[in-house]
Amino acid sequence: MSSKNLKLITLPLGKNNPITVQVLGICSCLAVTAQLKPALVMAVSVTVVVALSNLIISLLRNTIPPRIRIIVQLVVVSTLVILVNQVLQAFVYDVSKQLSVYVGLIITNCIVMGRLEAFAMSHKPLESLLDGIGNGLGYALILFIMGFVRELFGSGTLLGYPVAEKLGLYNIGYENNGLAILAPMALILVGLIIWIQNTVNKEVKK
Amino acid sequence: MTEIFNIFVKSIFIDNMIFAFFLGMCSYLAVSKTVKTSFGLGIAVTFVLLVTVPVNYLLDKYVLQPGALAWISPSLADVDLSFLSLIIFIAVIAAIVQIVEMVVERYAPALYNSLGIFLPLIAVNCAVMGGSLFMQQRGYQNIGEVTAFALGSGIGWLLAIVGIAAIREKLRYSKVPPALQGVGITFIITGLMGIAFMSFMGIKI
Repeated sequence: MSSKNLKLITLPLGKNNPITVQVLGICSCLAVTAQLKPALVMAVSVTVVVALSNLIISLLRNTIPPRIRIIVQLVVVSTLVILVNQVLQAFVYDVSKQLSVYVGLIITNCIVMGRLEAFAMSHKPLESLLDGIGNGLGYALILFIMGFVRELFGSGTLLGYPVAEKLGLYNIGYENNGLAILAPMALILVGLIIWIQNTVNKEVKK
Repeated sequence: MTEIFNIFVKSIFIDNMIFAFFLGMCSYLAVSKTVKTSFGLGIAVTFVLLVTVPVNYLLDKYVLQPGALAWISPSLADVDLSFLSLIIFIAVIAAIVQIVEMVVERYAPALYNSLGIFLPLIAVNCAVMGGSLFMQQRGYQNIGEVTAFALGSGIGWLLAIVGIAAIREKLRYSKVPPALQGVGITFIITGLMGIAFMSFMGIKI
């Protein structure tokens, strides 16, 4: 794989992260991360949708009339999301119940539309596929961090495994921080992640 | 009637689109720099929610739900189209946003000029799509409740975005660490506002 193509995957993981730098796709990132498992399922779903929709739109890019491109994009994306939704309901029904409306909201997830408009409409299929995978993984990374922190501190578990209890923390007076699984903490946590990231790579300017 | 009013108040304060469900976050962050523009966007979102959610409710009730087609002929009673709801909802929203844009441009040019750039963006605002999906999920009983829910959610979103815009206008005079400026501090303030809104939890009329 050439270095240019490799960059398409690695850049969105850090310097051009879709959530912390491009500030796209915030809604679902905040809403599904109270526990790690739904966060991971959501991350996989979004990665699949972004990668495939990027690929399809890139294949179609020369035949789509510019005036109606948004509606064509919406049709492609919503078809993919319906597929993902049906797969989730068939194989991981409990998680799909937990994710509730947020699976449907992948359609209006700004990452998907943003990448289609900014990248897939003007690049070749392979590059677009890689770009989609890269941005999906960048999204997944942040979701993983958020889910990890919120589940560990909020309920003392990881993927349902009682970490805090096994370590005997409750016996020495440790208590779960209930705020971590509530909505406001998610917002504050994203703020902190952005803060850390901006401090690490100073060259990224808002 | 009390039930309708209850839903209205609940969807403004307790089930607030931004603070409880994080919907419409993208435009909330991008447009909340001045109070004036954010007020315009808030009005536009409220209006689009108020139109699309009841339309989607009727479509859901008479076309999409399992057995909903029975009013055409009894032989269609076991047709279940609910898997199509995502694509139907987004198509309705995109179409209505387009129509609203044209009507406003024709009959209220002043309003159009102040909202102009935001209107097309609303089609991909997750607060609007989320409104329709929550309507489907929560199973409201009649069109009155659905309308109250749509109006309440819109007003809740409007309150949130105007609030954050007002705070951000004042924030220019504060000393924020350089790496936290812009989006970072906005997230943290939104989190603190969310904690304030949580004090409404449990209110019932």
